[in-house]
Formats: sequence, C-alpha cells, structure tokens
Amino acid sequence: MMTGHRLRALEDIRILDFGISIAMPLATKYLSDNGATVIKVESKQKLDVSRAYTPMAGNRVGIDRCGWFDMYATGKYSIGLNLNDARGRALARKLAVWAGVLTDNFMPGTMEKWGLGYEDLRKLKPDIIMVEMSMFGKDGPAAGQSGFGTMMQASAGYASFVGWPDRPPIVSSIPYTDFIGCWHAIVAILGAIDYRERTGKGQYIDLSQYEAGVGFLSTALLDYTANGRIARPLGNRSPEAAPHGVYRCLGEDRWCAIAVCSELEWQAFCQVLGNPDWSKSSRFASIADRKENEDELNGMVESWTAARTAEDVMAILQQAGVPAGVMATGPDLDQDPQLRHRKHFKMLDHPEMGIHAYQDSSWRFSRTPAEISRSPLFAEHNEYVYKSILGLSQSEFETLLADGVLD
Amino acid sequence: MKQGRTLLGPYRVLDLSDETAALCGKILADLGADVVKVERPGGDAARGLGPFFQDIPGPERNLRWFAFNTSKRGITLNIETKQGQEVFKRLVRSAHIVVETSSPGHMESLGLGYEDLRSLNPGIILTSVTPFGQTGPRKDFKSTDLVATALSGLMSMCGDPDRSPLRFSCEQSYTQAGAQAAAASMIALHYRRLTGMGQHVDVSVQECLVVPSFQAHSYWDLARTVQGREGVKTPRGHISPRIIYKCRDGHISWRVFVAGQGGKTNALVQLMKDWGEPNPELEGVDFTRLDMNDVTQEDLEAWEQKFGSFFARHTKKELQKEAIARDIMLFPVNSVADLLNDEQLRVREYWTDVEHRELGAMITYPGAPFKSGETPSRIYRRAPLVGEHNTEVYEKDLGFRKEELCLLKQQGII
Repeated sequence: MMTGHRLRALEDIRILDFGISIAMPLATKYLSDNGATVIKVESKQKLDVSRAYTPMAGNRVGIDRCGWFDMYATGKYSIGLNLNDARGRALARKLAVWAGVLTDNFMPGTMEKWGLGYEDLRKLKPDIIMVEMSMFGKDGPAAGQSGFGTMMQASAGYASFVGWPDRPPIVSSIPYTDFIGCWHAIVAILGAIDYRERTGKGQYIDLSQYEAGVGFLSTALLDYTANGRIARPLGNRSPEAAPHGVYRCLGEDRWCAIAVCSELEWQAFCQVLGNPDWSKSSRFASIADRKENEDELNGMVESWTAARTAEDVMAILQQAGVPAGVMATGPDLDQDPQLRHRKHFKMLDHPEMGIHAYQDSSWRFSRTPAEISRSPLFAEHNEYVYKSILGLSQSEFETLLADGVLD
Repeated sequence: MKQGRTLLGPYRVLDLSDETAALCGKILADLGADVVKVERPGGDAARGLGPFFQDIPGPERNLRWFAFNTSKRGITLNIETKQGQEVFKRLVRSAHIVVETSSPGHMESLGLGYEDLRSLNPGIILTSVTPFGQTGPRKDFKSTDLVATALSGLMSMCGDPDRSPLRFSCEQSYTQAGAQAAAASMIALHYRRLTGMGQHVDVSVQECLVVPSFQAHSYWDLARTVQGREGVKTPRGHISPRIIYKCRDGHISWRVFVAGQGGKTNALVQLMKDWGEPNPELEGVDFTRLDMNDVTQEDLEAWEQKFGSFFARHTKKELQKEAIARDIMLFPVNSVADLLNDEQLRVREYWTDVEHRELGAMITYPGAPFKSGETPSRIYRRAPLVGEHNTEVYEKDLGFRKEELCLLKQQGII
C-alpha cells in the first residue's frame, strides 16, 4: 500500500493473486512489501487453506488468526469474490484486465473452469501475464496430483539426503519446496513484466514446484549423471572436513554446530581447547586422519562442548576464527543479536492477532527499503477494490454484497 | 547477445560470486542475461571443491562449478591490483548488476564499494551476499552451510529426538542464497527501469535460511511453543502426523489429512478396499468430517499404524501410480537415480544434455525452473573454462587492443 511519496521499487506493478497456502502468497508478499499493489482473491466458500494452519495467535482458532496466512499476506488487499456466481467471474475478469498480471498456485485447470485461464484472459487483454505454480506443472502424468511442500521433500529427492547413514530417511518438518518455487516465481513475474515493457508482449509461465525443487540438488544430480554416484545421507558430516558436526552442549537439548574446514582452522580449534594430548595424536594429524577416526574425534569434541553452553562454544570458537553456530530454536531467533541489528522481525499491531512479529526478507535495499504492513482481514478491502478500483456504484456494490457475490 | 527471445537479454551481470551464491548468476544467465563470471587468474577457488567429473580433480572438471555456472561467459581478472580495479571499472560502466560474495568491507577496500561503483554508473545494482550481512555484531563471524543451517533455526526442525539435529546433506544455504539474491536483484532491476537508479542489495545467508524456518519463530511468537524435531513426524500444534513410511521396496511420504483435505484420506481407504485389503475400522471414519483440533495423537497413531501396514505390502511404483490416478497425497522417497527415471520429469522434458567437448562427454543437467513458450529459460552453454571469454570480452566488448591485453596478461592481471 502507498505510503508517503517516496517511489517504491515496484510502485507501478499490479497483481491479481489467487495464490493459496505458501508458495505463491510468499512470492507476492515480497512484491507487496516492495510496493506492488497485490489484490488477494478468496471466497468464503474457498478460503486460502493456510487460514487453517497452526500456529494461531494465542492458540485461539480463527480465519484471521493464522501465523502463516498473516505472514504471507502482508500489505495485500483482501477481497471476497464468489467465482461460482457468473457476476463474480465477470468481476474477476475485469480485475485481471486492470492488473495485467495474474498469479495462482491451484491445481492445473482450475482457472480454466472459471473461464479465467490464460487463453480466456488473453482475448480480453492480449498482453496479460499469467504465472501459475503447481506441484508438478501444467502437463504430464502427475499434473493432477496435489501436494504440500513438506511431502514434496520426498518426491524432489531431499528425503534421500537427510538423515543418518544407519537410519531410514527423514525430512525437515517445514514445507521446504514452497521456499524454492517462490523465488523463481518472483524472477518469472518481474522478468515477464520487464519483457512486456520492452516488447509489448505478455506470456504464460508454468512453474512446477517439483522441478524447481529438484534444481536445488544440481550438484548431487550431476554427480549421478556424470559419475553414477547416488547421494546418501551423511548425518552432519562432510566429505571434506572434520570435525564437522553438531555437538551437545550444556543445558536441555542445546547444541552447537562446528565446521573445521582448513588446516588453519584445525590449529586454531586445538588451541582453543588448550592443545590437549589427544589433539596431538597422529590419529588426528591430517584431514585424512581425522576423517578416518571421525567417531573418536567427535567424542573428544563433544566432551569439550558438553561442559559449556552453546553460546560460549560459539563465541570462543568464532573469536579464534573457527566457524561455529548455536542450533537456534524459535526463542533463540527472537533474541539473535544479528537478526535484531538487521531488524529481521518487525512488531506490528493486527486487529485480531494483536502486536506480534513480522518477518522481513533476507535482503536489504539501500535505496528502496521494504515497508511491511500487517496482513488484511478477510475481505477488508472489498469497498476500496470494487468501488475505487473497478468503479462500482454504491448501489451496485450493495446488491452484489447482498447477493453473496463478494463473500 | 544470446539468440532468440529472452526474458533478460538486454542485461549484463558481472558475477564475482563464489560457490555460496553462484546460482544467482545462473538463474539470470539461463534467462538470457549476459552474465560474465569474473575469476582471479588461474580460476576461482571454488573450482577446487568436489565432486569432479570421473572423480579426477581439476579446475575444469568440477561438477559443482558446472552445475551453477551454466550459460555464463568467463573472464579472468585480478581485482586485488590497481590495474585490475581499473579494468573492472570499465566493465562496470556497461553492466546492470554486480553480484559478489566477499567479506563485508572488502570491496570498499579495493575502491570497488557501492559508492565507488555508483559514481561510475548510477544505475548499477550491487548485490552482496555474505553469511550475516554487511553490518551488525556478527558480520565478521565465519560461517559454512552447516553453521548457517544451525543459526537459522532450520536445523531445530530436522532430525530424530534421540540424536543431534540435522542439516540436509546438500548445501541448501548456497542455493537459497543464490535464488534469493536473484529475486532481490530483479526487484532492484525493476526500480532501475522506473528511475534509472541502482542500489546496494545486502543479502544475509543466515536470513536466507531463517525465511524457510518461519514456523520455528512463528510458533514461539504466536503460541509460545518451541518446535522440536520428531524424526518422521511433523509437529503441527497439539499433534504430530507421521509423514514418512516404509513400503515394500523403500519409503514413501504420506500423511493423514482431515476436514477440507480429508477426501484424500478417504480415497486411500477406498484404494485399500479396491485392492482387496479393506479395513472396516478406517472405513467407519469419514475423514472429511473430522476437525484436526479434535483429533488426538492417539487416534492419529492408531490410523497411521493401519495405513502403515498397508504401505509395507506395496511398492513405491504401485502406490505412486494409484496416488496420481486418485489424487491421493502420496509420494515416493526418490533418490537421485529415481529422479532421472521419473516419468513426470521425462514427459516434461526436464533434463537437458549439455555438451562438454573438452571432456568428450554429454552431461545431463536439471532443466529450467519454469516453462514459458515466449521466453524459455534454458542452458545456452556449459560453464566457462578459465578465462574462456577473455578475448571476446576484453577486445570486442571493451575495445582493448591486442598489445594492451598482452601486457595485462604478462603482469598477471588477466
């Protein structure tokens, strides 16, 4: 939303966003945080599924209380629009023409069912840009299968990399591939807008979260296609470094990651430990020796870390130039001095959720800082969008509202 | 300029990044931008990291380098020297974006900080990717993929409760940082089109992983809950559904859904029935009518056990085939080998064979992250050899005379 008169990075961009859950809302969040006008379309019959995800503010359930939805709808205009009503579909087409850019991450074919497919919209606005991000892409045998980014860690190959050599595969508990597709969606949307400004041509972009996810494993894939090697989980070990692990520290479930990657770092590491006798053993003399005797080495390292807090281990090792970092949990992130310095979390008031933290991106712009504003309540901007943007009269607006078209 | 219609054809990127953000330039280069990788004479240190083609080390056999430097041109230049800096400045005049990964303050110490570059080219976008950002109490902390994964919170949600937390055994901080740097650079590029002005884009690798770790912070911020690691289960508020199961020949991912997604669970119960393995107890439940808030961990585990014994009797392929046909959210745990054989990727022509003439080999690469009929993303050529495009860039683009170039070579600048 506009604030003041300083030009924001994406000031002139308009997006009609049908995105749900995480991947697409996340992409359009960053566009909105940087000044684009993003209209988020939902209906009471078909709410964004993320409105039901936990956590909810204060553990109280409500469609305007969900952390995920809230984080990824920042600065967007929320409208209700019932696409099962022909008048609703007509309004959607008008908004698509007004915006010129349409985004969604429904199952392939969903927009077509409402007469809002690319071919339909192109007839109304020849230079329209449409970016669709589905799980598996618009075509192919798996196109009709829905999924979530957590489980996509299995399909896209991640689960086969995560875990211990002696145990079955596991995955992280986050919807990881959503956080891959979203970056490509931003590049696609902004690239297509740039191309349209240069050539006058719009386009349709088909983004498969699966394919985007597989692409992040390129090194291992090339090691297979060129060398025939099938990557397996290594726990926290590295083929090129030791000690390289996550070590138990003082306290309840507290850990510190340590990665000794060079001879110089090994020397510094030993010195921090007071050059104990074991560290001078020929069993740990070279990187090859340390890899060879890694179990024993890790035991020695842990006997040192276990007597100290994770914060102390990190501080002492960093002081000596050895890469080390506390295994952070939610409260650690809250207190992290670096994140605080960079204002990664920003406290904003939300009418339903109260004052709580909103997350910034990983980047800071020197000239056009992002301006994050709270997420909208459901249909909060009906009046603004339908009357000010589409120019409906008060009586037209009231009739549509009464008939449930704007729900 | 790259042939054909391209999304980013008019743009030039100078890529000084090491392995930690090389993907940024690759994304832009595969979309048609002229990305010039600037390496120190002899080649970037990142060329020394494995794995290597046929496991034989060499700067021009590095598979990690290949993977994230496609479609780029490559030149050598020693920007640590005065003359090298002058040459770099000439390059900056015609560039739109510079991507770099050196320690905070290093570019300034070379006279190549943002303010220096801006005075040469007000439109220049300098995208700096560092472990913790350009400023702050930890800006000089040393980091690696493992350390970034720990400090971001990502690790806290991955692993078995009886062992240490885990990272992914492939560097996701590199790919996340590269892709996020590309997204940020595109936002800055749009502003540049609007105003002609560039800016400094300061990317923190820690934050690149804090973003996907959102739920670790959010559960704390909104519900004062610390998200733990529960192995094959995913904590979701008061319950933790299991999402990895053993099947006859490996593992699959599936979970119990209820309410709006409950139909997916009902569909699996139907499949069990159709395959002659009915389960009356599960058939008695309509998963669409349940609310997750009312489901107990005990209920969940009782169901999971029944579904689990069904999976154990069938293969990945059998289950996947039906899952696709019936839109059941069940997915195989794919290894890299499985991915190469995957029907969906094959039909969509995802894989791209790239010629490496020097190695006498074609190597199969993962393809484009998205498809566009108008401006496809594609691999234009394999990653550059050391200094492969020196003549092209210095003579043709910058107008150096042959003798000048010779001199710079003799002085070890190029």
